[in-house]
Amino acid sequence: MSVLAWLRWLWRQLTSMRIALFLLFLLALASVPGSLFPQRGTAPAKVSQYIQAHPKAGPLLDRFHMFDVFASPWFAAIYLLLFISLAGCVIPRLVDYWNELRREPPVAPKNLSRLGVYESWISTAEPTGAVTEAALLWRKKGWRVRTGADYVSAERGYFREFGNLLFHLSLLVLLVAVGVGSSYGFRGTVIVREGYGFADNITQYDSFTPGRAYSVSSLPPFSFTLTKFHAAYQIGGMQAGAAREFHANVLVKSSPNAQAKSVRVEVNEPLRVDDVTVYLVGHGYSPEFTIRDSKGNVVWKDAAVFLPQDSNFTSNGVVKAPDSVPQLGLQGYFLPTVTSDFSMGPRSVFPAPNDPKVFLSAWQGDLGLDNGTPQSVYRLDTTKMKRLGIEELSPGQKWVLPKGQGVVEFTGYRQWAAFTLAHDPGKGWALVCAILAIAGLSMSLLIPRRRVWLRITQDAQGGNLCEVGGLAKTQAPGLPADVSRLVGLAKQIAPEVPSD
Amino acid sequence: MTGFVLAMVVFAVSLSKSRRLETLEDSVLRTNSVSPAARLGGTATLEQSSVSTAVVDGQERGAGRRAGNIGMSLTWLSMFLLGAALASRGLSAHRLPWGNMYEFSLAAGFSVSCAYCVLSLKRDLRWLGLFTVVPVLLDLGLATTVLYTDSEELVPALHSYWLAIHVTAAIICVGAFTVGAALSALYLVAERAESRIEAGQDAGRIGTLAKRLPAADRLDLMAYRIHAFMFPLWTFAVIAGAIWAEAAWGRYWGWDPKETWAFITWVIYAAYLHARVTVGWRGRKAAYIALAGISAIMVNYFVVNIIIPGLHSYSGVK
Repeated sequence: MSVLAWLRWLWRQLTSMRIALFLLFLLALASVPGSLFPQRGTAPAKVSQYIQAHPKAGPLLDRFHMFDVFASPWFAAIYLLLFISLAGCVIPRLVDYWNELRREPPVAPKNLSRLGVYESWISTAEPTGAVTEAALLWRKKGWRVRTGADYVSAERGYFREFGNLLFHLSLLVLLVAVGVGSSYGFRGTVIVREGYGFADNITQYDSFTPGRAYSVSSLPPFSFTLTKFHAAYQIGGMQAGAAREFHANVLVKSSPNAQAKSVRVEVNEPLRVDDVTVYLVGHGYSPEFTIRDSKGNVVWKDAAVFLPQDSNFTSNGVVKAPDSVPQLGLQGYFLPTVTSDFSMGPRSVFPAPNDPKVFLSAWQGDLGLDNGTPQSVYRLDTTKMKRLGIEELSPGQKWVLPKGQGVVEFTGYRQWAAFTLAHDPGKGWALVCAILAIAGLSMSLLIPRRRVWLRITQDAQGGNLCEVGGLAKTQAPGLPADVSRLVGLAKQIAPEVPSD
Repeated sequence: MTGFVLAMVVFAVSLSKSRRLETLEDSVLRTNSVSPAARLGGTATLEQSSVSTAVVDGQERGAGRRAGNIGMSLTWLSMFLLGAALASRGLSAHRLPWGNMYEFSLAAGFSVSCAYCVLSLKRDLRWLGLFTVVPVLLDLGLATTVLYTDSEELVPALHSYWLAIHVTAAIICVGAFTVGAALSALYLVAERAESRIEAGQDAGRIGTLAKRLPAADRLDLMAYRIHAFMFPLWTFAVIAGAIWAEAAWGRYWGWDPKETWAFITWVIYAAYLHARVTVGWRGRKAAYIALAGISAIMVNYFVVNIIIPGLHSYSGVK
């Protein structure tokens, strides 16, 4: 078989319904591991934990992109093949549909009584005139008609195929919109403490993931300050501690010289400025400390972001004071409502700050900030440090470090809010495509395709036989109802003569 | 509020009781009805709707008919009771009652029984009663025992008008797809019985069940109509979810486990619709696909909500 013939065979197979079915099953099956294994896109920390916990299976799964299913090449292969198959099927059908629209309804079959729904009656109306008038009445009801000498052919339901094509084409454009949106957009996250602000600049993001084609210099020049974060929790009952409300009050400036506007950002009401959408995605506590060295100089005075570990906001974090000599570091827990039961260690029992305490251990030595390797701001590297002691502090309390090494004062706490900033230029298109897809889908499934014919045959005795037959191309109910409606109209032109 | 909670619990309990009574009545229908040999006697292999209605009429004698009628009335009553339970739950929480798995299960059970009752207005569906009531009973049983949680407010992420739109559409679809799955399962039974008769074998126990059901191709047609009617609504539910996700989580699609399984369910039902217009995939294979679809919905509901962690964890189950 020649190469061309082989390619043609391959193409016909790819665009067949059977392969479409197979690819659909494959797509569904391929999505399953994406829901069972942690995915890098949403929970990278969980992925590392999983690989560490499963030293044999972990790297193997990683090799097959099981932690990155939806961005993996084999998943892309499946949906790309599916869309090629779809395009290869839909484009010829577009041509067919166009030709069908230009054709007229077919001629009436010889024997109408063989059709699914059939009615007949005797009338004295004269065939040619009656047929033309009946055709006019039928056309008024939305049927496309063609008249012959003694028959009328009517057809309706052309929008069914239109809907089908619209749906499939919208899916194609939707895929393009999704791709363009992620390539030309970006996502970033930032944690902002109450009283502090954020300016939309690459250096201020905590994490930033641009699309392939996004250039960082296009970041719009807005900024905002978090004036207050408010959270309310359920007190008592089966769901005690569940969050009931949170919102962040921010002052937004769309450019450095613009007027500041006060905006409230909530879970379902993001801040939209300059094509970038800012979402409130999390919050926590940042205890404030003032650290003095052995000579009494203030070496650190700030609010340290502590990260929540559970739903009651048991938070842990770290303070690094590199300016003291020798360097000092703190690590420990902030508990908004401290538990009275320490059998499982320091824990919080309620997310609101009803009885806040910090539990700290102080370290002295070399923080390791000068050795060139980057460090996490939430981890203390204690390899070159020695522990000075541990202490429990309430707000306002001071801790005098042993041997006069300094003083740590827990001056208070404030909340922080985490924001995700996202820019997706394709999402408007994606929405339009999705809406068109639903419209097309509804049309393709709900509009019935029907053909109805009327024939008036002249009888020698003067009583003309009027026959109406209907054929449904789909299995939707309602053909008999349609036919009897048309019969009713036809009977207005060619009234029934009672048989003697 | 406690009063509402109590009333709601009482409703749910009385509901379960009346449903158990109903399934008993339906089984009486099975055992007492006369089984005509006409259809499955082997003469008519081409099924026409007129023949099957004759079969159903033929069954309507004596104890069988009475039991079927009682079962039907009980189903209507139970549906209204369940609706009242749902309404009282909604009133006690001052919001739409679909914020956690207990409420969603109640709502889904209501949706299935609604779908069944509404469809039964137009045609005789007493034969389907047992097969829709049992899933509802299982669902309610789970809801009142394992999934129960107090009537409370919702977490902030659910404070949105999209709750009414997205979740309502999903609930209606789940109800209709459950009835469709029951029909597909019954189609498989009827089709197997008919093919055994055609091959000259004895239909056995499957045959005794199949005798009480309409013809296989009618079952297939009914299943198809429900799925075709509901598929656009399911598409809408997924897309409404995406629009809500954009406003709440910062992206309209993130392959969150629930989003992924909603997508999988959508693809399976799309495959069902494709199969019905593909040569060689129409009858039995398409029915299997429909059953795969409802399984995906069950996984999406029970496994993803409870076992797999993700952004959609509003189950309320501790």
